[in-house]
Amino acid sequence: MEREIISLQEVTFTYAEEETSIRPAIQNVSYTINEGEWVAIVGHNGSGKSTLARLMNGLLFPQTGTVRIFGEPLNEHNLWDTRSKMGMVFQNPDNQFVGATVQDDVAFALENNGIPFEEMVERVHASLVKVNMSDYMNSEPHHLSGGQKQRVAIAGAIALQPRILLLDEATSMLDPQGREEVLQTVHELRKETDLTVISITHDLEEALLADRVIVMNQGEKYAAGSPHEIFERGQELIDLGLDLPFAMNMSRLLRAQGVPLVADHMSEEELVNDLWTSHFNK
Amino acid sequence: MLEKMIFGRFIPGDSFIHRLDARAKLIFVFLFIMVVFIANNWITYGILLLFTFLIIKLSKIKLYFLINGLKPVVFLIIFTFLLHLFFTREGPIILDWKFIKIYEEGLKQGIFISIRFTVLVVLTSILTLTTTPISITDALEVLLNPLKKWKLPVHELALMMSISLRFIPTLMDETDKIMKAQMARGSDMTTGSMKERMNAIVPLLIPLFVSAFKRAEDLATAMEVRGYKGGEGRTRYRKLEWAFRDTLILLTLVVLAAILVYFRN
Amino acid sequence: MDISLQQVSYSYAKDTPFEKRALYDVDLLIPSGSYQAIIGHTGSGKSTVLQHLNALLKPTGGAIRIGGTEVVAGKKNKKLREIRQKVGIVFQFPEHQLFDETVVKDIMFGPMNFGVPEEEARKRAIELVRLLGLPEEVLEKSPFDLSGGQMRRVAIAGVLAMNPEVLVLDEPTAGLDPRGRKEIMDLFYRLHKEKGLTTVLVTHSMEDAARYADRIAIMHNGRCVLQGIPQEIFSNEDRLMDYRLELPQSIKFQKKLEEMMNKKFPSLCLTEETLAEELARLVKKEREI
Repeated sequence: MEREIISLQEVTFTYAEEETSIRPAIQNVSYTINEGEWVAIVGHNGSGKSTLARLMNGLLFPQTGTVRIFGEPLNEHNLWDTRSKMGMVFQNPDNQFVGATVQDDVAFALENNGIPFEEMVERVHASLVKVNMSDYMNSEPHHLSGGQKQRVAIAGAIALQPRILLLDEATSMLDPQGREEVLQTVHELRKETDLTVISITHDLEEALLADRVIVMNQGEKYAAGSPHEIFERGQELIDLGLDLPFAMNMSRLLRAQGVPLVADHMSEEELVNDLWTSHFNK
Repeated sequence: MLEKMIFGRFIPGDSFIHRLDARAKLIFVFLFIMVVFIANNWITYGILLLFTFLIIKLSKIKLYFLINGLKPVVFLIIFTFLLHLFFTREGPIILDWKFIKIYEEGLKQGIFISIRFTVLVVLTSILTLTTTPISITDALEVLLNPLKKWKLPVHELALMMSISLRFIPTLMDETDKIMKAQMARGSDMTTGSMKERMNAIVPLLIPLFVSAFKRAEDLATAMEVRGYKGGEGRTRYRKLEWAFRDTLILLTLVVLAAILVYFRN
Repeated sequence: MDISLQQVSYSYAKDTPFEKRALYDVDLLIPSGSYQAIIGHTGSGKSTVLQHLNALLKPTGGAIRIGGTEVVAGKKNKKLREIRQKVGIVFQFPEHQLFDETVVKDIMFGPMNFGVPEEEARKRAIELVRLLGLPEEVLEKSPFDLSGGQMRRVAIAGVLAMNPEVLVLDEPTAGLDPRGRKEIMDLFYRLHKEKGLTTVLVTHSMEDAARYADRIAIMHNGRCVLQGIPQEIFSNEDRLMDYRLELPQSIKFQKKLEEMMNKKFPSLCLTEETLAEELARLVKKEREI
């Protein structure tokens, strides 16, 4: 039975309320996220996806429409309580690292919530183990790579044992190795708990790991569906400024070259098999 | 260039001094500054020097770092020495050449003041070399806590300090990057007239400030999202633990003060 | 102009207790007019090599020849500023270097530092803004009022305005979305082709190196371990794996196809487009049989 954990209904938000000539950052967006899902929100830079992240944890409030978290509309009264059940990781690995060392940073949210000392020590240690950074407990941030810093941020976010993990372009500033570390970490985390993950991204690999993908374009919700359903749209996504998985892209290019295929394929194996059976197996 | 700046930097180690509680070290330095003024003759200054030497040995800090720590103030020390040498006119004259007159008391005072200076700088350097900046901040926060009664925002100041400290290396890296980017565009802070060099600082400072403001904004957002709403109701993760050796070091200072009082004129 | 590194070594914080060796005897040749990719993981030394190309760093061992100027370890050198005009570097996240009151002034900063008269510098700024796809209104705006993508283009314009002979790019697509990445890389390739601009691309992306470069150098642990044309480099899968590098996706896929068909393609397909074309050709041949 799917249980709704976040929902947006007809939400509109604009940064410049007085200037009517600039389009709103978000316009009439509605979607539901169920407990335990991994939902990726993708879109080009400026499509409104980051604004959605801020609306979902109360950094911004919509001009119209409702944002519901855990069934309740988000407002000033339940804000802090809601935040203690949501962990968020931001884009810049340095600009969210508050502590002098790794373990200090992970403890930050725990300190803010008045968690007693013994429990803090336990949770900090457990969280660092989960993100594979327990060897770096006393490391200082400027000695860490981007991927390592983001993993520490994730540890800090899960230390409060939240129900939702919100990743706001958490891999955009990382090198390929860092990106892989972070995605692998989130993937592993989900194996042990039914953490709901929302990742805002324009990275293809990240979107492919999700259960569902929501595509944003120019402030509006363009499409939603499983990664397969979304990437099948092929050229449309390229026009929206996004990437296609390799096999999908190859399928598209081959058809343009006059090579007929059974379908546009998501996986390389399927494409290889299709080519074999359709053209080379005589 | 920036990589060579090590003044005041923490050097990891596990000496006796390293393992002392930061509060003990802070109190020690604070009191030591006063104890130093007890000395007023050769014996007492000699004892001071001996004591300082002992502390240096206990800290296992390489001489290289202490000498570098003295470099910024060596000019001041020499200046003060010369001031006393030429302008303290007491006691018998020991040098009389043209218009330069040097009195014995001038020489003595010059040497004494220089020793005082050196000993103070060395000991304070040992404090920063053997104590992480964050421990110093923690110690300050705990020691100044009573001042909360007089509306001093101790927690906020300590948090500001600790965040600033955490960002120093990051900001230094960024300064290096921006400097290189502007040098690559022909900006040169090392040559040219004073005016030209000052102009070359603008392309360095503005991006630094802009990025610093952005950092502050991002950080504030992140802190808010992680539940920070001021010092009320917060618990502490970093704990300072007072051990016997901390009491011991303060007792040592008391003993030193007593010895100095005994031997002073 | 050619750039060549001859047995270049570099140590950070030399002669202090914090000394750290970053480069070991690097030999690297960047011929005039070429498009060279330098690939390596973070920590491989590629950033250090990059900073040597315009003499921001001077080797602590060996020598580097930049055009007619030689920078030798241990010897003083006075003509370094000229090098910086000839070898323009676009650093990672270049938008962080913007500072001036207006976009046009910021772009003019570089050329004017090298003695280009104001009129000429302004002309270049206007032309570059157009070339980089920015609206003319942007010129009189403050750079800080622009979007991130626009700021990056302004920063790139600021380097191009110096009219360098060599353009060095340090991960120019970092942080951009897919469309932004494609536009920027295509732009640099166009400049390379149209103006014969020697281009050095420091990157993590094997795909970009395969697509654009005519020479590739691999850095690993401070050494230049492999150098050559893409076809050579990508034939060396085992060695690449030693350096924890993978083949570009198009070549990986080509190998899967070759395995399926039990036949090798005449050459390595460096991009998806070439691969599609080659496959189409093979399919047609198959039909004729």
